[in-house]
Amino acid sequence: MSTCPEHIVQYMHEYLDGDISREHEQELKAYMRDCKDCQQHMQELTSTIAFVKSAAVIEVPPNFVEQVMQKLPKRRMRTGVQSWLRRHPFFVAAALFCIFMSASLFSGYKNDQEFSFTKQPNLQVEGQTVIVPEGETVKGDIVVKNGDIIVKGAVEGDITVINGKYMASTANVTGQIDEVDEVFEWLWYKIKSSAKNAWSFIEKNE
Amino acid sequence: MDALVNKRIKQVLKGDQQAYSDIVSLYQQQVYHVCYRMLNNRHEAEDIAQEAFIRAYTNLHTFDLKRKFSTWLFRIATNLCIDRIRKKKPDYYLDAEIAGTDGLDMYSQIASTNRLPDEEVERMELQERIQYEISCLPEKYRVVIILKYMEELPLQEISDILNMPLGTVKTRIHRGREALRKQLGNL
Repeated sequence: MSTCPEHIVQYMHEYLDGDISREHEQELKAYMRDCKDCQQHMQELTSTIAFVKSAAVIEVPPNFVEQVMQKLPKRRMRTGVQSWLRRHPFFVAAALFCIFMSASLFSGYKNDQEFSFTKQPNLQVEGQTVIVPEGETVKGDIVVKNGDIIVKGAVEGDITVINGKYMASTANVTGQIDEVDEVFEWLWYKIKSSAKNAWSFIEKNE
Repeated sequence: MDALVNKRIKQVLKGDQQAYSDIVSLYQQQVYHVCYRMLNNRHEAEDIAQEAFIRAYTNLHTFDLKRKFSTWLFRIATNLCIDRIRKKKPDYYLDAEIAGTDGLDMYSQIASTNRLPDEEVERMELQERIQYEISCLPEKYRVVIILKYMEELPLQEISDILNMPLGTVKTRIHRGREALRKQLGNL
């Protein structure tokens, strides 16, 4: 049996796989016509295949599906929301951060509803209006919350008005003038000022 | 059928665990059969087939819906079978001495010796013989012969399942056939 040339045996397998080329098939057939061993080899191969193919299907045990379903891990993928949260820990952290930040900021906004202003010498107060009198010069920044400011004299510094109006006739202000009305502007102001504070704190430490 | 399977997979991914039972009942027979032919033991086959479905479930989010689910499932199952065979090998002789462990084999022997009509017995013998010859093959030939001639899968699909080139699959089938031919010729 070992007398069959290797390439012929190779052609037999190509033939059995159904992907033999026409030339190989002709060569195989021509060779097999004269070679008893090759005929027997081929015969044995085909009966081997028939033998394996005659295997009966072994039935799956009953209750197989139920058993698999019982063994499935229960907690995984229980609800869509849970699995989504679990898959996106960064979003969860960011959302929590935003919630806590805004809560502290808005509570700060509520507490700041009272009229207040930066204490400076030579400032006049009429009701909820801060006045820089004519001929006077205020050195330093002025912050007025929940009130207006009228500048008749001069200010050497910034003026910030929160929830109020800045009014001036013959004013002389060397610094910036900010009017903050809306909640979001107020938020922005708060963030800016806390950043400034942090910066000055760092500078001081140096 | 693939569309239905994909629909069920999406349902499972959305959290509907019950939808998975349709997938299991659709493929249980094929997966169990491959495992049984690979492992030559019904209890082990059941164990591994169940494990394959559980693994597929827990890793379902990694399955690419554009691919064929059965191919992916068969890959999990055949890998588990090969792992099991390799783990078993070194323990083989030790196990043989323990009475409890070959109880399973004894049990199946007893079950098959119930007297049946001659015809039936002949058929039984052929089936036993087939399983015996298959189990004598080295596992790398065994798996391709099972997928090709018992599951009747196309060569390309076998190559996808085993994650090896088509040429390698063909070579292994050729060698598997030759090995079987020699085994059968000796008897």
